[in-house]
Amino acid sequence: MTTQTRERSALAGRQPPAALPGAQRVKGWIYREGSAYAFLSMYGLAFIVFIVLPVLAAFGLSFTFFDTIQAPIFTGLKNYIVLLTQDDIFMRYVLPNTIQFAVIVGPGGYVLAFMLAWMLAQLPKMPRTVLALILYSPSMTTGVAMTVVWKTIFSGDQNGYLNSFLLGLSLIQEPVQWLTSPQYLMAIMILVTLWSSMGVGFLAMLAGILEINPELYEAGSLDGISNRFQEIIHITIPSMRPQMLFGAVMAIVGTFQAGAIGVTLSGGNPTPQYAGQLIVNHIEDFGFLRYEMGYAAAVSVVLLLMVLGFSRLANRLFASEE
Amino acid sequence: MATLRSRLFKVNIRNSGINPQGFHPSQIKFYLILAPLVVFMLLPMVFIFSHAFKPPDELFAYPPRFFVVNPTFKNFTDLFAKMSTSGVPVSRYLFNSVLVTVVTVGASILVSTTAAYALSKKRFKLKSTLFAINTVALMFVPIAVTIPRFLIIERLDLLNNFWVHILPGLAMPVGLFLIKQFIDGVPDEVVEAAQIDGATDVQIYWGIILPMILPAVATIAILTFQATWNNAETSTLYVNNESLKTFAFYVTTLTATAATTGANTVAGQGVAAAASLIMFLPNLVIFVLLQSQVMSTMSHSGLK
Repeated sequence: MTTQTRERSALAGRQPPAALPGAQRVKGWIYREGSAYAFLSMYGLAFIVFIVLPVLAAFGLSFTFFDTIQAPIFTGLKNYIVLLTQDDIFMRYVLPNTIQFAVIVGPGGYVLAFMLAWMLAQLPKMPRTVLALILYSPSMTTGVAMTVVWKTIFSGDQNGYLNSFLLGLSLIQEPVQWLTSPQYLMAIMILVTLWSSMGVGFLAMLAGILEINPELYEAGSLDGISNRFQEIIHITIPSMRPQMLFGAVMAIVGTFQAGAIGVTLSGGNPTPQYAGQLIVNHIEDFGFLRYEMGYAAAVSVVLLLMVLGFSRLANRLFASEE
Repeated sequence: MATLRSRLFKVNIRNSGINPQGFHPSQIKFYLILAPLVVFMLLPMVFIFSHAFKPPDELFAYPPRFFVVNPTFKNFTDLFAKMSTSGVPVSRYLFNSVLVTVVTVGASILVSTTAAYALSKKRFKLKSTLFAINTVALMFVPIAVTIPRFLIIERLDLLNNFWVHILPGLAMPVGLFLIKQFIDGVPDEVVEAAQIDGATDVQIYWGIILPMILPAVATIAILTFQATWNNAETSTLYVNNESLKTFAFYVTTLTATAATTGANTVAGQGVAAAASLIMFLPNLVIFVLLQSQVMSTMSHSGLK
């Protein structure tokens, strides 16, 4: 807005009938919608600065060469072409690892969360609350606090709890280097992530199951639904599609967000022989260890697109039939 | 007799199926399936409690023992007697964490509830568009854009700044989404009646909406608390000044040294476990206190 129009609208404030149409429109807009935007402003500002701008910046930087010292140099699609054709580590380890991890932890954790929520819903309030709390509590720990636990349990010497236990049973002859052996790291990462995956989505699904009108089940049994499995497929899931979708989105985001776990467990990036290397670690490797920010940004864009793609898929599955 | 039987029959119906009122033999199978899973979920947490109270000889014991025999507070006194390598006392990290978390939770409640009020009860052209954008942002994975975020925070001169702990976490799409859905449950007539009485938007927000959505406020408080209290990344990436870092960051340094310096592994474990317990307990206590509020918010969580 120029100074002139601002003066005009100030004038308009004092003498409404004499105001110019443009200023009046602005004033009318402020009167009608101004307070809504005022209420939105704080969130909107934080949202733009810390969510929208980083995504746009990642997109923009992905077309450049940028080493943080000199200004970014536009290189077109080079980063993406290199990623798809020359990045051996990405194609041989990172992408297969990410897909393996995401497929098991994502849908696996999601189905597990639904089944646990469904079983909990069959119990009276008191035990249900206690058990739900126990299942939810690992998701409150988020990595940091539990590192010491996992490191002690999977410790590579004979003092490690798992080694000691298996040695005691004579199942193994000598201590196993659980966290630094490429063949075990991925399995442990998946186990640990599943352990902590009963989060907000799980609670939403539990609440969703409990909200379903009991009369639907009675009607269902009159319509010939004879077992609990049919009941789940034909009544429970269709009646709680919105919660199922919310849970699915949370599961997808949680899966990709959990990617740092391999580095935490094995104690270094890159992980031993890239066994636990996920896309997230690849971004960090190039961005903060090699300072190839443009290339790292291209990998970020690929990751965001993967999340979006999976969420679209979930949307297809559970969108309300309207 | 007949009434008694019909009453029994009714009780039977209500005790099996979804949300039963009491115990029924049909529930036993669910307990049997859930029991081992619950034990598996619980073990690491029992371990952390047990480990934090172990005296040195039990930490060193071979074969290692899961449960503590002679509990002691030694690990906790050791923890607070410790200085980090750069000479910052542990209590300073803890103070930073408490301050950062309290400010972030308060600010986040204000920021999300005001925006949710506008998106739910105000009328404006871009309303549904903006809510749709927020719904897409539910899929936002912050870890993917760590690098551009770093560049933006650098430009805003927030590196080594107290506010870097607080500002990036304020826009929380899940929080806004849950609160907006919850406010949708407040009838429009309530707001309209207040408007006819001449109440301003601020009065409606503060006096009518906020008191009616306390469960949703509790939920966003918990989500923000967990995100902030457990956040070690901000200190690692954006803060160099040791006296501005948080307790979560300090815990990561403890476990990192425990892993690399072989000889110290066991001695460091006790202190690290004590620190981890201090990290975990507030999460648990707050969730236990507010869990019923969270559940009532979650029933509004559907994504259409």
